[in-house]
Amino acid sequence: MTTNGHTYTLKVWRQPGADRPGRLATYTVTGISPDLSLLEALDVLNEDLIRKGEDPIAFESDCREGICGQCGIVVNGVAHGSKLGCTTCEIRMREFAPGSTITLEPFRATAFPIIKDLVINRSAFDRIIARGGYVSINTGAAPEANAIPVARDLAEKAMDAAACIGCGACVAACPNASASLFVGAKVSQLAVMPQGHAERERRVTRMVAQMDAEGFGNCSNHGECEAVCPKEIPIHVISRMRREYIRASVKSVLG
Amino acid sequence: MGGVLGGCSTSSIGKKILSAITGLGMVLFVVGHLAGNLTLLLGAEAFNNYAHFLKHLMHGAFIYIAEAGLLLFFFTHIWMGVTVWLHKGRAREEGYEVAGNAGGESKKSLSSLTMILSGISLAIFVVIHLLHFKFGPAEAQGYLTTIDGQPARDLYRLVIEEFHKPLPTIAYVAFMLFLGLHLRHGFWSAFQSLGVGSPRLTPAINTAALILALVLAIGFLALPVYVYFGVDIPAATRVVALEVGP
Ligand code: FES
Repeated sequence: MTTNGHTYTLKVWRQPGADRPGRLATYTVTGISPDLSLLEALDVLNEDLIRKGEDPIAFESDCREGICGQCGIVVNGVAHGSKLGCTTCEIRMREFAPGSTITLEPFRATAFPIIKDLVINRSAFDRIIARGGYVSINTGAAPEANAIPVARDLAEKAMDAAACIGCGACVAACPNASASLFVGAKVSQLAVMPQGHAERERRVTRMVAQMDAEGFGNCSNHGECEAVCPKEIPIHVISRMRREYIRASVKSVLG
Repeated sequence: MGGVLGGCSTSSIGKKILSAITGLGMVLFVVGHLAGNLTLLLGAEAFNNYAHFLKHLMHGAFIYIAEAGLLLFFFTHIWMGVTVWLHKGRAREEGYEVAGNAGGESKKSLSSLTMILSGISLAIFVVIHLLHFKFGPAEAQGYLTTIDGQPARDLYRLVIEEFHKPLPTIAYVAFMLFLGLHLRHGFWSAFQSLGVGSPRLTPAINTAALILALVLAIGFLALPVYVYFGVDIPAATRVVALEVGP
């Protein structure tokens, strides 16, 4: 450990298991280089804890470069921290004033039960995807790329929505714990593409029903989700999901 | 209708759609109400004539139809709002120790976070307001005037008298600030809930919500203030009242 780094106070949510009570524990980390990422600072702290024979802090990460969506911590009250368009793993220690206190809490929602410390179970998202976040196609020989022409602006729109990495920050940041930005993104990326049209109505109806069944809250249009989204997915995907939903409802009544 | 309401109210999107439609309906009413109130500026005759006109429109049927519709909208809106609010507690049972704001494109604001409080305040206001004026003292209590030679309620004098009392005046001003607070988020949010949102539309609707909230709040609270400081209690009608009164 270098000696010329900074000292920080970390307040971390410690919870031994899903049904066990949790609390914020306070740790002091020293010698932290400003070039370390926040997760690396946690690694440093964990090595320290292991050396002392204590239970290391459980947190998730995989790619550590903002593409997998595994990492997700509420940093000082903001999901993925206050830097816009970033995941938790992209936060560097230089963003915090030396000597400052950093509070780390798990993404909180009843639909995302805490497994341990900062690790949550996001399989509710998987179950929503399983209800329609796909297109049913016969696999086999790869289709000819230009067989279905797609206008460039539509392709762009679909790509913007498809940037979602399913991290769950939208849920964590929503005052109502709604999953509307996630579901909106997944509905929108397929709704604008010709390939998605075959299952269009059934997709939105089923995915919304599953979202509700999982116990996510209602969307009150606070728009906090858009601000924390590491991929900066706009809330317009939510209005598109609602249009799709209205369209599907009207169609189911009129046949 | 009940079936459709029940069906819509079970899905999260349906709830917001109902909330939006009833909310926008009431906004329309409130705009009309403010326009009507402005006749107060033209004096006793104009205001009383306007009230008389509304009461007798379509042989008196209009007011009942409008009231039935408003009542339905009012209670549906409250029902949706309260369910959404209750659900929020279930969807996140344990809150955050540290509260933060992400900033950026977020539209989270004092207005958006206090919808339930401003909403409840407005519901209370509506009850007080109706007791005050609609079910308040009328011809029998001496608030009598004549329109086209026929006896009619002197609503003008009642309004002017009420807004010469400090407490009702202050309360009305406060409640109208809640109206502005509620509409700041509610108006743009209603469009978003109905699926009307796009990179080009949303900023415009959001600005429109701010302007509408300001215009309606200031418009409504300016009248009591104006009456308090600038309008005398009408003497002529007081004489009429004395003659007819007990
Ligand atoms: S670890 Fe993959 S996005 Fe953060």
